[in-house]
Amino acid sequence: MAHFSKANSISEWLDQRLAIKTLWKVLAAEYWVPKNINFLWAMGVVLMTMFTILLVSGIFLLMYYKPDVNLAFDSVNYTIMQEVHFGWLWRHMHGVAASVVFLVIYIHMFTGIYYGSYKQGREMIWISGMLLFVTFSAEAFSGYMLPWGQMSYWAAQVITNLFGGIPVIGPDLVIWIRGNFYVADSTLTRFFMLHVLLLPLIIMAIIGLHFYSLRIPHVNNQEGEDIDFDYEAEKYKNGQKRESKVIPFWPVFISKDLFVVGVFMIFYFYLVGFHYEFAMDPINFEPANPMKTPPHIYPEWYFLWSYEVLRGFFFDVGPFSAMDIGLAAFGIANVIFFLLPWLDRSPVVAPAHKRGAFKYWFWILLIDMIILTVYGKLPPTGINAWIGFFASITFLILLLVVLPIITKKEAKSVGGAA
Amino acid sequence: MRELKILAVVVFFTLLTYIGVEPFAHSQMHEHIEPVDYKYSDLKPLNKKGDPKKGAETFMNAGCVGCHGVKSQGMAAPMDPVSASASFGVMPPDLSNAGAIYDEKFLANLIKNPAHALMVEHKFNDKRPFPMTAFMGLGGDLDQEVADIVAYLKSIAPKKLDDKQVFIDACGRCHNVKYDKWTVIGEKPKLETDKQKAEFNLKLATYEENLKKYLGTTPPDLSIIIRAKSEEHLMNFMGEPQRVLHGTAMPRVGVTKENAEKIISYFEKVGDRKKDERESVTLKIILYFVIFTIFAYLWKASKWRDLH
Repeated sequence: MAHFSKANSISEWLDQRLAIKTLWKVLAAEYWVPKNINFLWAMGVVLMTMFTILLVSGIFLLMYYKPDVNLAFDSVNYTIMQEVHFGWLWRHMHGVAASVVFLVIYIHMFTGIYYGSYKQGREMIWISGMLLFVTFSAEAFSGYMLPWGQMSYWAAQVITNLFGGIPVIGPDLVIWIRGNFYVADSTLTRFFMLHVLLLPLIIMAIIGLHFYSLRIPHVNNQEGEDIDFDYEAEKYKNGQKRESKVIPFWPVFISKDLFVVGVFMIFYFYLVGFHYEFAMDPINFEPANPMKTPPHIYPEWYFLWSYEVLRGFFFDVGPFSAMDIGLAAFGIANVIFFLLPWLDRSPVVAPAHKRGAFKYWFWILLIDMIILTVYGKLPPTGINAWIGFFASITFLILLLVVLPIITKKEAKSVGGAA
Repeated sequence: MRELKILAVVVFFTLLTYIGVEPFAHSQMHEHIEPVDYKYSDLKPLNKKGDPKKGAETFMNAGCVGCHGVKSQGMAAPMDPVSASASFGVMPPDLSNAGAIYDEKFLANLIKNPAHALMVEHKFNDKRPFPMTAFMGLGGDLDQEVADIVAYLKSIAPKKLDDKQVFIDACGRCHNVKYDKWTVIGEKPKLETDKQKAEFNLKLATYEENLKKYLGTTPPDLSIIIRAKSEEHLMNFMGEPQRVLHGTAMPRVGVTKENAEKIISYFEKVGDRKKDERESVTLKIILYFVIFTIFAYLWKASKWRDLH
């Protein structure tokens, strides 16, 4: 048995048993982050803050929400919004956070793409991040169903129906997902379970993986410079703070992050109190009505680009129906970013503005995705359908064809593979 | 400097996406509607000056009270809501407040040709006549008689009506507001026993079924309509339903603009009753984070001072 001497303080007592000092060093005080970064590197902590807000507000909402098609709408819109003290605050915080968390995710993703932070050992960071994107999407979709408003119902109807397009098992799969032949109480209760239990558990596990995946390759920096972290950390610890290229997570990195979080919270709470319609669609304040189809059915803004890829292929080609082509393109769009580290054939880790053709590729991709997002909401008629079609094609070509070609060229110009 | 440039890029693309998805997309999805001015200029103006005393007589002789109650004058409705709905589809309104709620030009035209003034001619015709019969006159000058009735209704109407009363008279016989305990058959009473509850629910369900047969659809509960539809949309829809939603069963309500605003104000009170609290609490939270951000910046500055 290990020998324990009498502890003189609580922290010492804990340290003897849990090695909290070492733990703190490993996790924070001597967890090294490059110094050459900008505020985009704070998006991780902003996301963690948003996730915490979602979790805490979700717990409060869960105390009054009733997962039943006859009770759900009133439990949200009357009990929570009007009866419970500050219930409206938790709901607005939850609804708005669910929407802006995707804005931050997209900023985080595009930061990763811009600075090349997905390759040369950082593949697992990228993949675990993409897994978070997918699980957050499922979490958002299942949560949107819970108030059982018009868009809750019709989005559930349209999206679950998509699985019917999968060959052979499609029709059975749709029934299995819904728990009924149509979207019904069983659909609501199972998506409730997913939203409040299974998906949050999975998300928390993947967040752990995402953080862990940073330990070995380390965080990237503004110039894509390859830093010897052990050497630079020694310099810092020896007092050469100015010369060292790294900073400790605590307190230096976090001090900047908290400032960014503060600014973001001002913006976020402005949205919560004064500008929430973009996240809490007015149409969802009408109760679900299976007999009344809304004139426009569209997903939340963060799904629009992939939804537009689905709709973009609106005509049959030979033996393939528009629906099947769209569904295949939609499937590709949803997994394509997982493959980014391998679609990029170049070993160069550098910000896009130092990577020649890649720079143009990056901005064209961003603009194309914004076009897809906007046209994903517009009615797909006339010219809109064609713009959606070309933007969808452009999206697929950019990732599947253009990216490998330009990065292969880049690889050649820097002397073949690394 | 570089950080600010990056921030500008992030803000630009965020705003671009926002504008595209919200204001721009919504302008494309909903066709523009000329705002309804509540002047009822499609209806013929009332050229005669009415006499309330004569109007009272005409009102009695015309047989209005065969269907309508005028509680303030001691005339109860001849039928309770459920039986009335069985006969007419909907409870005919009590006319105590009508002179204060409805536009006088609208009232005059309604008396002469109800389906036309209400803009429900697409639902009613000779085969399926509108439940309210047109007033054909008592043999004198029709326009004078109508003007007299309108003058009479105005003379008995109260000077002031609160928001909810306007809603009840103008909308409350077709629309529930369950978050405010309003039902189409009246204020929901305190129901003590299961039997009382069952009896009330049966009455309500019977009325609603008759109403659905009459209109072809169940009119929506309006508890949180103010969160579902914009004020502008509601004003236009009340003022001229057909202009906003062609073919709808909803009749033109015929209220004055001032009363339409009262109805909106009632919707706000019922459907968004935490608005004041929301705005004041959010401002305090924002203030908290402004202070938080200042301290965070000072802390950051102290930590980063000796790094460069």
